[in-house]
Amino acid sequence: MNGIAVSTAINGDDIEFLCRPEETLLTVLRDRLGLMGAKEGCGTGDCGACSVRVDGRLVCSCLVLGAEVQGQVVETIEGMASGDSLHPLQEKFLEHAALQCGICTPGFLMAAKDLLERNPDPSEEEIRFGLAGNLCRCTGYDKIVRAVQDAAQVMRGDAA
Amino acid sequence: MNINAKTQIQEFRSVGTRPVRQDGVDKVTGRARYGADYNMPGQLVGLVLRSPHAHARIKSIDTSAAEALKGVKAVITAADLPDHADGDEGLLEILDNCMARTKARYDGHAVAAVAAIDEATARKALGLIRVDYEVLPHVTDVDEALKSTANVVHEHATSRVDPEQNVPLNVHATEEFGHGDIEAGFAKSDLIVERSFKAEQSHQGYIEPHACVASVNADGTGDLWVTTQGHFSYRIVCAQLLGMDVSKLRVTSSEIGGGFGGKTHVWAEPVALALSRKAGRPVKLTMSREEVFRSTGPTSPASIDVKIGVSNEGVITSAYAHLRYGCGPYSGVWGMLGAMTAFACYDIENVKTIGIDVRINRPKTAAYRAPSAPVAAFAVESVLDEIAQKLDMDPLELRFRNAVKNGSRSSYGPTFGTIGLVEVLEAVKSHPQLNVPLAANQGRGIACGYWFNIGGQTCTTLNIGVDGTATLTIGTVDVGGSRSSMSLVAAEELGIDYDKVKTVIGDTATLGHNDTTEGSRGTFSSSMATINAVKQAIGVLRERAAKMWEIPVDDVVWEKGCARAVGEEHGNLPTLSLAEIAKEAPNTGGPIAGHSEIVAEGVGVSFGAHICDVEVDPETGATKILRYLVVQDAGRAIHPAYVEGQYQGGAVQGIGWALNEEYVYGADGRLQNAGFLDYRIPVCSDLPMIDTVIVEVPNPGHPYGVRGVGETPIVPPLAAVANAISRATGVRMTHVPMSPPRVLAALENAKVT
Repeated sequence: MNGIAVSTAINGDDIEFLCRPEETLLTVLRDRLGLMGAKEGCGTGDCGACSVRVDGRLVCSCLVLGAEVQGQVVETIEGMASGDSLHPLQEKFLEHAALQCGICTPGFLMAAKDLLERNPDPSEEEIRFGLAGNLCRCTGYDKIVRAVQDAAQVMRGDAA
Repeated sequence: MNINAKTQIQEFRSVGTRPVRQDGVDKVTGRARYGADYNMPGQLVGLVLRSPHAHARIKSIDTSAAEALKGVKAVITAADLPDHADGDEGLLEILDNCMARTKARYDGHAVAAVAAIDEATARKALGLIRVDYEVLPHVTDVDEALKSTANVVHEHATSRVDPEQNVPLNVHATEEFGHGDIEAGFAKSDLIVERSFKAEQSHQGYIEPHACVASVNADGTGDLWVTTQGHFSYRIVCAQLLGMDVSKLRVTSSEIGGGFGGKTHVWAEPVALALSRKAGRPVKLTMSREEVFRSTGPTSPASIDVKIGVSNEGVITSAYAHLRYGCGPYSGVWGMLGAMTAFACYDIENVKTIGIDVRINRPKTAAYRAPSAPVAAFAVESVLDEIAQKLDMDPLELRFRNAVKNGSRSSYGPTFGTIGLVEVLEAVKSHPQLNVPLAANQGRGIACGYWFNIGGQTCTTLNIGVDGTATLTIGTVDVGGSRSSMSLVAAEELGIDYDKVKTVIGDTATLGHNDTTEGSRGTFSSSMATINAVKQAIGVLRERAAKMWEIPVDDVVWEKGCARAVGEEHGNLPTLSLAEIAKEAPNTGGPIAGHSEIVAEGVGVSFGAHICDVEVDPETGATKILRYLVVQDAGRAIHPAYVEGQYQGGAVQGIGWALNEEYVYGADGRLQNAGFLDYRIPVCSDLPMIDTVIVEVPNPGHPYGVRGVGETPIVPPLAAVANAISRATGVRMTHVPMSPPRVLAALENAKVT
């Protein structure tokens, strides 16, 4: 086996794994580490269902090799809630019915979190372009945009 | 639920509220398990080898090198899926589509499959399989396939056609609907508009690829974990194809990552089961996105002629449509559905529609949300818009003058009962979007749409827990939040809070047969069965309360989640709560449950109307959606947020089809855009907010008035967008998708002529 030993931090935990050189981060997360929240919708970086953050940068984990995260910090959907307390984005997605089938939801949440941490007060257009790398086939995006707007307000601490 | 004494309108406590969905936390935390999120001990990886040819005879397949590769545990071809169809042509077609038997009939048709210890080994093994093809002529265009010289796609192609009609061989089926005398109707009309339309093939585009884990044991039992809209139907078809006893195959539906009709048919599941049977180990089979596009789904490409005659007052005197739908290499019902729905919104004295299914060398057509209706509406509603322009009449007024009402005879036969198209049009008329002024290069389009919905076999069970909470088990797969709607219905009927009911989807061993979640039937049928099951459970609860009180059961009524004694003798007894009765169950007769097994009848059809405002860039031909409104009759919205979600999602799928989505085939018959980069579905930045209005004209066939709502929203958008572009540019659009090059070509062409 041509395994590469990788040491990384995932959602705050130190993790070590072996992977083959050609294995994607998505495959490592799902098949080696049991973190199945990132989904494979295309495998070509077109749908965003596998979105995670590596060293603070939003990426499609199907386009990153597992070996590339050596020494880096990985954030996935499994680390978004704190214990049993949901992140405001998670709360607002539920409140606004911003998901139907839910397969794209982990990717949208990661992308929205990344967007709001970079831009706490985005316009509707900025939200729409900020999430344009994530495909949703069920909702028509309306309720997703509203959920992100509402979550942004909560995260800024504005009065409702 | 009570009836208001004054208005006679049902008043609800839970139904119509918008609680958080019960499967929600799992879905926002990444814990929900979809088709690919499940593993069995010792499982292998399955992969499928697919034909690179649109049409080819399979002369031989040599699997010896693949079988000899270390780590390969099974290689199968059609020889490993013997014909158990017993003369059932439809079943044999399904088998042939799952694994080509003598011919590959489209680019992407499965010809062999392997199971190996890992993906790398399985992929290497695929490369070692040698298939000797004799390439045959192919046809991928509907109108080309209809020409008598076109190449015959399937040897059974004449099986359902009257030989006296002497129709071309690629015609699978012809269906005709209508009434009156259309020629007499055209003769007395003041204006006739006749046009031909073309719609390219689109794909359902669910984000989750097909995935399953199959395990078949030597004793003939098996398990299948699969993403599907109908696990009971999958069980029957898979068992029949594999020659298994239906009851020995247990199918569990995973969470489903979108289906829209595309997960109502089996493709890879029988292959995974056959691989598992041969290897003696579980097999996980997931499709790549390229496989999804090349081999599953798509809707029909279509070609349609429409002719409508009207009086000067805008009353339709006669209407005719000839609709040709591609069905892939196998049989289809798509022409029939197009012919049934084309004129269903209008009360027409003389009407005739002919729908034809045409065999072509493309993947087998699968249902896609109100299948066939969107392109039929595109053609019909476009002609109506042109008529409105020529009569100088408000296009909404033209719809009012012809809209079907209670008692109208539909264009396809049945007489409509209580329907809500007029109420929908009234809601459109009073919507502020109609008053927003339009600038240069902007246009506003209106279109109506119809879908009929189905009922079917349904089975539910309600179990009362020891603490007085309830578990509802249903068998219709939840594709977009229906578990929460069922909890609302059970809570309503039982008189307890929504959060005291938990709804789950049972596997095929848990409940009796349930038909697939298709035809907008899930919420309609399962809510009806749920109401029945709760009523039965309430009967049991009343008996138990009577036992506890030692009074006759006729003196016990059920109110607000409690048993109450009535009558002079014991009317002063304190009520017994559900929890109190449940606690005593071990001493009063055991577990408390209610069941319902029905064929759901009384479907309520659903009409909608959409308004689309666009701006077209004359330099590039690109269209921007400025505003979009969906108005539709839901009968009764159980969970309004998810009804709005259906409206918005369906509309946006239609917008995608209207503006961008199409299968592109090369002259070689191969699909050229099998990926989300080149098959472009709408993204967030393409769209505005999608406004919705839920009209509620209760369906008298359902206890709460529910109509199926899922499919109608995709019917009007192609026409609404086309009418908006046509009005913005002054050029009538007749070919979807109206992608920038196609709009630009139409504009250039109009300048020349």
